[in-house]
Amino acid sequence: MIGYALRRLLGLLPLLALVLFLAFVFMRTAPGGPFDAERSLSPQIEQALRARYHLDEPLLRQFGRYLGDLAHGDLGPSFRYRNRSVAEIIKETAPISLALGVMAIAFALVFGIAAGVVSAVRPRTGWDHLAMGAAMIGICIPNFVLGPILVLVFAFTLRLLPPAGWGSPAHLILPAITLGALRAASIARLVRGSLLETLGEDSIRTARAKGLSEPVVVFRHALKLAILPVVSYLGPAAAATLSGSVVVERLFLVPGLGTFFVQSALNRDYTVAMGTVLFYSTLLMLLNLAVDLAYRALDPRVELD
Amino acid sequence: MRDRAFLPFVLLAILIAVPVTLAVTTSHEPRADFVFDVNSEPETIDPAFLTGQPDQRVALAVFEGLVTRDPETLAPRPGIADRWTTAEDGLTYSFHLRPARWSNGDPVSASDFVAAWKRILTPANAAANAEMLYPIAGASAFHHGETTDFGTVGIAAGDDSTLRVTLAHPTPYFLDLCAGTTYLPVNPRALARFGDDWIRPEHLVANGPFTIADWKLRRRIRLRRNPDYWDAAHVGLATADAIFTEQASTAFNLYATGETDWIDSSGIPPMIRDLVVARSDCHRSAYLNTYFYRLNVTRPALADPRVRQALGLAIDKRAIVEHITRSGQIPATHFVPPGLPGYASPPGGDYDPARARALMAEAGYPGGRGFPAIELFFNTSEEHRPIAEVVQQQWKDVLGIQAELRNQEWKVFLASTRALDYDVSRASWIGDYLDPSTFLDIFRSGNTNNRTGWADAEYDRILDRAAAERDPAARAALYAEAEARLLNHGPIIPIYFYVTLNCYDDRKWQGCAPNLLNLLELKFVRRSDAAVAASR
Repeated sequence: MIGYALRRLLGLLPLLALVLFLAFVFMRTAPGGPFDAERSLSPQIEQALRARYHLDEPLLRQFGRYLGDLAHGDLGPSFRYRNRSVAEIIKETAPISLALGVMAIAFALVFGIAAGVVSAVRPRTGWDHLAMGAAMIGICIPNFVLGPILVLVFAFTLRLLPPAGWGSPAHLILPAITLGALRAASIARLVRGSLLETLGEDSIRTARAKGLSEPVVVFRHALKLAILPVVSYLGPAAAATLSGSVVVERLFLVPGLGTFFVQSALNRDYTVAMGTVLFYSTLLMLLNLAVDLAYRALDPRVELD
Repeated sequence: MRDRAFLPFVLLAILIAVPVTLAVTTSHEPRADFVFDVNSEPETIDPAFLTGQPDQRVALAVFEGLVTRDPETLAPRPGIADRWTTAEDGLTYSFHLRPARWSNGDPVSASDFVAAWKRILTPANAAANAEMLYPIAGASAFHHGETTDFGTVGIAAGDDSTLRVTLAHPTPYFLDLCAGTTYLPVNPRALARFGDDWIRPEHLVANGPFTIADWKLRRRIRLRRNPDYWDAAHVGLATADAIFTEQASTAFNLYATGETDWIDSSGIPPMIRDLVVARSDCHRSAYLNTYFYRLNVTRPALADPRVRQALGLAIDKRAIVEHITRSGQIPATHFVPPGLPGYASPPGGDYDPARARALMAEAGYPGGRGFPAIELFFNTSEEHRPIAEVVQQQWKDVLGIQAELRNQEWKVFLASTRALDYDVSRASWIGDYLDPSTFLDIFRSGNTNNRTGWADAEYDRILDRAAAERDPAARAALYAEAEARLLNHGPIIPIYFYVTLNCYDDRKWQGCAPNLLNLLELKFVRRSDAAVAASR
């Protein structure tokens, strides 16, 4: 398995190079440049700036220069924030996006599994309808609607939580819920479906026949089997959550990398855009690899390679 | 299926991940005395390279130039220079520097200004605002590389405490320039040691009311009163945080819950603007900022000045400010905003449908017949579309012409307007200093900010004469003449003048009222007397 993982990791390198090349080409073919603003620079100053950042060289040579710097671990300076390096931006903001993502997924797992279990254990009752209704709402409401509603309720009406910002656990709650709601809802529906199915199986009937208490039957025996679809779901969901925090970050003023991911492209901040693409594509590839390895660990029938 | 209990592992992972995450993300810092929202993260606060308004607001808290501005009237006040004299010809200024220190203990000397200005004018440094120094004799030639001898530039340090500046032509607003960010000094020792990185918070050496204690990306800049500042006793705040909210709804939420003490117009969501304006904590002032449309005169349909005038006269700008912008903006009939000392714009044309129709008929398009459909072009924004829709409708109703709306993302939009790939495009212009030239100069032939294809030798000539004129009244009259020509022959339709809206509780705070340049002079912000009395 270690050999397999190493081979997969090596295989990522050409893929990353391809992703970077495509990102480079798309960025540079988009109209407008990093120094365009309502107030135009004089041609002389613009020329000097382009020379300073080597933008006056042929595109392929610029890409070669970028890869060369990258090989030395240098992601370059930001064009927009001229006293910041790209590496510094990623280092300072990526942990925040990851923290938000972890909390969102934790929220999704805890509430999703709880709601799914309640629904499956009491199917077609008020509890079931309540949990599944909430899940349906969670799936339907986009986060840019859910976020402001949560702010209205928890920051303005109840005055329990800050409406935005960063720096304390209280600041994490609303963004994590907003970001995790969709995943929580999906997990709840997955768990309900698969737990209902499992509870009807012979092994569970046997367990009950042995006189085990209902909680033991549900949690020790049934849920263990019913959780597997959640594991397969978790890989792509984690990837989507970690890289999809842009709206939530802006809404709640979370100083993460997600905003840079989008804004750098809009600002034509070429180096930051390349750096964030590199970061997120590496992250996604590693997550995919982790999911494949987890399948293998959970189910020996899965053949790697 | 191997019999392996997966659930406990998931729960265990959560149990570990969550506290670690919390520990990593939590930082315990007391709230600053005053939290103000500058809307977006400053790109840099290096006086040589900064361009944006957030950059300016922070830079002016950290550095002080020869001159400062009154926080409300913006009139020049002594800064690092405690007095100055102007020679009879209006071309030579002598600044006498007060004893003042940098935060590393160095004295602030006349040569620090010379070094800072030389850095900006050195062509290889590509400083964006070098043109702001062009009123100084020889500055433009040095910056264009016509000479490498800085001695030819009219800047000379007489001794450590005297700075003599010789101008190329009379510049009545020169003191106002001296109060701006381009004219700020740098500490030569920090610059020599760290190069362009001297401005990073860990290296920064300040001479203004505040220093930077800490700068967290996308989060805040923590400013702390600079004990080495010459007037530290009169700085009202011990600490202040600049935050960068970007989204108006978030900014307003933070303000409404008391997390932020001060927001400006950019922190007020357009949807509730009329409600906010009616509140007692919303303070309004005129703003040196014009919302206007550029007309591409290289398009055959717009080549005739009568057509361009008709398009302007057909727009009922009052309807736009009353129904769309809704916070006291002033309908614009001229280009230079009101409020500049000693200058009055020509009246310009108000909403006049009959005259608009007559002009179109004169130009050969009676009732709009034969006039091609034109495109009304703007950058993607919830502000610009409704205005464009009103204009589209009014042109149709009044002139019988068709306009199609087209929007593009900001950078693409800029590239398109620079390439003159548009018919009519939305624009705005913010004045840099208190003089009409900051608006009128952009429509000189070939100016990179002209972007309309309009070139008029007579207009350029009037501006040249105005720039050389020493008598203030005659000078103002020449600028008014140029503006009248711009409005009658020119390539623009002024729509409205912006206003500055600052929200803050004036029972708690003073010194942060809105002003014409939308600046916040943090030095003057303090708890108001009522609040101080109440806390006793």
